[in-house]
Amino acid sequence: MWSLTNISTGIHDWLIQTFNPTWALIIEMVIAGIAVIGLFAVLGLVLVLMERRVAAWMQIRLGPNRVGPFGLLQSAADTVKLLVKEGMTPDGADKFLFNLAPFIAMMVAMLLMVPIAFAKDFQLWDLNIGVLYVSAVSSIMVISILMAGWASNNKYSLMGAMRSGAQIVSYELSAGLSILTIVVLTGSLNINDIIIAQADGWWIFKGHIPVIISFVIFIIAVTAETNRAPFDLAEAESELTSGFHTEYSGMKFALFFLAEYINVFIVCAIGATLFLGGWMPFHIGNWESFNHVMDYIPSSIWFFGKTFFLIFVIMWFRWTFPRLRIDQLLNLEWRYLLPISMFNLLLATAIAILGWHF
Amino acid sequence: MFIVKYIKDVFSGIKSLLVGMRRTGYYFTHHKEIITEQYPDNRDTLVMADRFKGEVVLLHDENNEHACTGCTACELACPNATIKIVTKFDITPEGKKKKALDKFVYHLELCTMCNLCIIACPTDAIKMAQTFEHSVYDRAELTKILNKPDSKIREGVE
Repeated sequence: MWSLTNISTGIHDWLIQTFNPTWALIIEMVIAGIAVIGLFAVLGLVLVLMERRVAAWMQIRLGPNRVGPFGLLQSAADTVKLLVKEGMTPDGADKFLFNLAPFIAMMVAMLLMVPIAFAKDFQLWDLNIGVLYVSAVSSIMVISILMAGWASNNKYSLMGAMRSGAQIVSYELSAGLSILTIVVLTGSLNINDIIIAQADGWWIFKGHIPVIISFVIFIIAVTAETNRAPFDLAEAESELTSGFHTEYSGMKFALFFLAEYINVFIVCAIGATLFLGGWMPFHIGNWESFNHVMDYIPSSIWFFGKTFFLIFVIMWFRWTFPRLRIDQLLNLEWRYLLPISMFNLLLATAIAILGWHF
Repeated sequence: MFIVKYIKDVFSGIKSLLVGMRRTGYYFTHHKEIITEQYPDNRDTLVMADRFKGEVVLLHDENNEHACTGCTACELACPNATIKIVTKFDITPEGKKKKALDKFVYHLELCTMCNLCIIACPTDAIKMAQTFEHSVYDRAELTKILNKPDSKIREGVE
């Protein structure tokens, strides 16, 4: 059967036969790097178009429908426009940091791709602390935002960056605690182990109440962490004229823009892996024949289907809810999400110890 | 009690968010609700909203008669001097002089479509039309004379 695993093993076998192991490894790394960059480009195009279409339909509009069939080439045309624009550096800006910031944003996005399992046995690096790695690396993102805001030498940019700092530092707590719920139930930080543990049902069904609560908290927290509406205080077009990337133009702006969408994809992929079983097909307990039928759908389709479902949910949030004020934002985290997720972690631990999950 | 209020807050918050998501979800799945007009394509079948105000017109009937008495109420009502009424004196059959409209000068380039002149008009002689394709190459073309040549006031309008 066609699968990404067969392709990757085929390439690996051929390289091992043709070159010596060191060169084969190096070539594999280059191929992986190119594949990740290719995935970024495709994701950027697809997600921007998807966002604009979803936004339009939710606001009773049509959305882009003129460039190419059904407007499918709209984001490609936008990319070409951004590529030919001049990437200006303002006079008063800290030139080095200003130019470095977008690359750090992209680097974080690339690093986060490492432990994600895109299909069965198709992963860049099967890290034994995958979940910890993701939550650790994703917090570097705030550095690039702060760097961009500070180096722009613009009060609005700095204000946006400061807000973003407060926001990401706070929401990481509840995101981490809701991830811990799954780690407690599985007993492993390895992403593959977590997926295998869901072979007889996804955690959101098996873990019932505590996992559903932590899923909701996770979605809210990652929406805040990726700086998307209703938590887009760092950008806040209407008050800060797009915040930390006010001064950016051309491709440097495009990198920030791309990093936002890649981050949305990554957090949704993590959410799909932890709560919805990653590439694991929809299995129900011991129904062998039903599980077998589900196995015929390739695992990569399951993974991307779940991820895009979560991306759609996050876009749905964005085009429904109004932006929060900074005090409301911090109230929501420290007075509601954090106590609830702490209590929920306790509940999940009790359920894991007593074996009350399915 | 504090804890009861806290839990109530959480659930009422979630409920109100779900109400909003239900509305946008409804619009997302019901494309018939889309209100976008694809303007140049549907130029022939375009339906404007009733409240849309495009420009002031002076209504003429089939006998080339209008209802404007030249009272200048619209000119006085206009906040930015868009309307200028030029009056003349007609001689009635009884030999009396009577004030009448000579030229209804309307500066479209100054008009803000505020509708005050239409409200002020005592004889309902003018109204807002729904045209909107007002682009011209010369600004002078936007100064219009609304009464048609040789038009006169309708019988019985005072």
